[in-house]
Amino acid sequence: MGAWKQDGAAGAANDDAVNRASGATKRRWLLALAACLPLGVAGFAPATAQDTAGGTTNVQISAEGKQVYEEICQACHMADAKGGGGAGAVIPALAGNAKLADKDYPITLLLKGRGGMPWFTEILTPEQMAAVVNYVRGHFNDYHDIVTVADVKRVATGPAPKRDCLNACGQ
Amino acid sequence: MISDLSPQTRRDLLTMIGRAGGGLAMYQAMTALGHAAETQFSGPPALSGARAGASVLVLGAGLAGMLAAYELTKAGYKVQVLEYQDRPGGRNYSVRGGDKIVEVGGATQNVAYQPGNYLNPGPWRIPHHHRTLLHYCKAFGVELEPFIQLNHNAMVHRKDAFGGKPQRYKELAVDFTGHVSELLGKSLNAGALDSTVSKEDKEKLIAALREWGALDGDLKFTSNLNVSSRRGYDRAPGGGVNGAPTPSKINGLSDVLSSHVWTQMSFYFNYVMQTTMFQPKGGMDMIGKGFYKQIAKLVRLNTKVTSIKQDDKGVAATWTDTVTGKTGVATADYMVCTLPATILAQLDIQVSDAKKAAIKAIPYSGQVKIGLEMKSRFWEEKYSIYGGHSFTDQAIGLISYPNYDFFKDKPAVLLGAFANGAGGYMLAGMTPEKRIEAALAQGSVFHPEEYRREFMNGASVAWSRMPWILGCCGMWTEESRATHYQNLVSMDGRIVLAGEHASYYGCWMEGALLSSLDAITRLHQRALAA
Ligand SMILES: Cc1cc2nc3c(=O)[nH]c(=O)nc-3n(C[C@H](O)[C@H](O)[C@H](O)COP(=O)(O)OP(=O)(O)OC[C@H]3O[C@@H](n4cnc5c(N)ncnc54)[C@H](O)[C@@H]3O)c2cc1C
Repeated sequence: MGAWKQDGAAGAANDDAVNRASGATKRRWLLALAACLPLGVAGFAPATAQDTAGGTTNVQISAEGKQVYEEICQACHMADAKGGGGAGAVIPALAGNAKLADKDYPITLLLKGRGGMPWFTEILTPEQMAAVVNYVRGHFNDYHDIVTVADVKRVATGPAPKRDCLNACGQ
Repeated sequence: MISDLSPQTRRDLLTMIGRAGGGLAMYQAMTALGHAAETQFSGPPALSGARAGASVLVLGAGLAGMLAAYELTKAGYKVQVLEYQDRPGGRNYSVRGGDKIVEVGGATQNVAYQPGNYLNPGPWRIPHHHRTLLHYCKAFGVELEPFIQLNHNAMVHRKDAFGGKPQRYKELAVDFTGHVSELLGKSLNAGALDSTVSKEDKEKLIAALREWGALDGDLKFTSNLNVSSRRGYDRAPGGGVNGAPTPSKINGLSDVLSSHVWTQMSFYFNYVMQTTMFQPKGGMDMIGKGFYKQIAKLVRLNTKVTSIKQDDKGVAATWTDTVTGKTGVATADYMVCTLPATILAQLDIQVSDAKKAAIKAIPYSGQVKIGLEMKSRFWEEKYSIYGGHSFTDQAIGLISYPNYDFFKDKPAVLLGAFANGAGGYMLAGMTPEKRIEAALAQGSVFHPEEYRREFMNGASVAWSRMPWILGCCGMWTEESRATHYQNLVSMDGRIVLAGEHASYYGCWMEGALLSSLDAITRLHQRALAA
C-alpha cells in the first residue's frame, strides 16, 4: 500500500489510519483498499493520518474541491493558481494551463508525482482527487467535462510510490 | 620516507591502508578497528596535486558546495562559487530579528525577534554519529551545545485521547510499558507461549517484565510508589514531618492506547534520532558561516545561474546578478553542481538524457516551521520543561522548546510548528499571519493559560514557497533509486552533481557533505587522469 513515513515517526500510517479514521473516512479507505488490492494498482491511504516527526498527525481534509485546493494545492501553486518561483525554476501555474485539457494528466500527477511535485496517494482519497481536479479544471480553466472516482481508479495502475526512508527522512 | 611506514595514529594507519588497498580495504580495516559501521566518513579526503591552473566552478553555496570549494582549493584547484541568495549556507539557515523572509508570491515577513533569539527553520539537530559534519564543525571552530531531544517531562496530545488534554510523555510511556508487560506476563504464566519460549527463557522474561514494566509481586501493573518513582507522584517526596510521598494513579490500558504514545517511544529509537544530539551555539547557520569564512573570497552571491554547458575543453555557466541585472558567463575545467533538483530540473543544462531524467525524478517534500517569540520561559517556570518536544496530532505536529538560555528572564523563541504531510501543506498555503494564528490556536492545547498571553511575535518558513528551492528535501523511492540514482551521481563529462539529494542520507546535512566528498574525489581522479 502507498503509505510512506514522511518523517522519522514510528508506527505504520496504514494501521493507524484504519484505527483512527472516522466512519466516513474509513469507508472510503476500505473502498479504495478493495479497489486496489486485488489488482495491485495504486493504493490510497486515508486523507487524515500522516506520520510526522515523532508522531502521527490526524488532519481533516475537506471533501469539497475548492477546499482541497486551498488546504493542499495552494501551498505550492498559490491561491491564484499562478504558481511562481525565482531561482530559475517555477512551480507551474494551474490557471490557464493547456495541459489540463487532458483530464488524465492531473490525475496522473496526483497519483505518481512529477518533477519536484510528490504523489498525493497518502494524503488524498480518490474522491478528493476527483473533486480537486474538477475544481482546478473548471474554476481556473474552462474544462467542464467531469472527472469521476472511476477515472482516478482507471488511471491508478501499478503500485503507489512509496518513499524510502532509510534515515527517518530527515527531521 | 620512514614516517610513511610507521603510522603515528589510527588515522595515519587508515590512510596508508586506503592508499595501498583502496576504499574497500580501508572500510574493512576500519570495521576491524570498531568505528566504521556508524559512518562512511574516514576523515577529510587526501586530495592533492591538482594540475597547475586547473579550475572548478561550484554552483550553490550550501554546505555541499562550500565543502567542495574548501577541499578542492586545498587540493590546488582554482575555484569559483556562484550562489543565488544574498547569504551563504542554503538550507543551513537561521532567522533572526531584522531578517526579511520573502516567499514566492511576494508575501514578506519582517522578523521581530529580540537580539540573540532565532528560529532554525531548516536543520536543527545533529546526531552524534554524523562524523563528517562534526569533523568540520570542530575544524572550523563552530561551537556545539546539546540539543535536547528526549524530554520525559514534555507532553503528548491527541485530539481524541484523554478528552483532548495533553499528558506527560513519561506517564504515558511508563503506563504503556507497564500494561504491555503485565499482558505479556499473563500470557507467559498461562502457558500461552510455552511452545515458543523455553522454560529458562520464560523465567528470565518474567523477571525482565517485572523490572522493565515496574510490575508488582503478582506481575500486575498498579498504582504504587514503585511505579510512581518512574511516572511521578501525586505528592512528591519531601523532607521532614510530611516528607512521605503519595503515589500517582496510572492510566487504564485503553486510555494509554488512545494516546498512541508508542509512536513517540519508537521515534526515539530511530538511529538518527537517538541522543546525544547537538546544535550550534547561536543558531544553525553558524555552520554555514564557519564554512564561508574559509572560502568567502571564492563566492559570488546574488548570482543566479541560468544555464549550464560543457564541451571537451571545459564547462560554462551563464548567470544573472539579481541586484544589478548584470549577466555573465563563468567558465572552468570542471563543475560541481549542488543546485537543488527542483531548480536544476528546469534549467538548460548540458548533460546526458539519463542524467536529465534522474534530475526530473526527485520530488521534494514540503514542510513548515514557525517560531513564536514569547515574553517568558513559562514552560520552564511553570511546567518544568527544559528543551525537547511536545507532540500533537494537529497540523503543527509538535512544539519544541529552546535549548539555550535556560532560566533567563527574557523573551525566548519557541518552535511553534514543525509540520509536514497534510498539515504542512495546510500551513504553507496560508498567509504568514494566518499561520501564526493557527500555530497559536493549536499550540495552546499544551499551555492554555500562557500561550497567547505571553506571545509577542512570530515568523514562519514554508519551504515550498522558498524561491531558491521550492521544497524541503529530495524524496526517493525504491524504484527511482534503482532507475535513476547512479545516473544522478555519475560524472557526466566534466560535470558532477552533489548535495543532499545525491545521497542515501537524504534530508540531513551529513548527506550533503558525504555526497560532496564523494563527488570531488571522483572529479579529482578524473582531472588527474585527463
Ligand atoms: C525543514 C528541514 C529540516 C531539516 N532538518 C535537518 C536536521 O535536523 N539535521 C540535518 O542534518 N539536516 C536537516 N535538514 C537537511 C539539510 O538542511 C540539508 O540536507 C542540507 O542543508 C542540504 O545542503 P545542500 O548543500 O545539499 O543544499 P542547499 O543548502 O539547498 O544548497 C543549494 C544552494 O543552491 C542555491 N541555488 C539554488 N538555485 C540556484 C541558482 N539558479 N543559481 C545559483 N544558486 C542557486 C541555493 O540558494 C542554495 O544555497 C533539514 C532540512 C529541512 C528543509
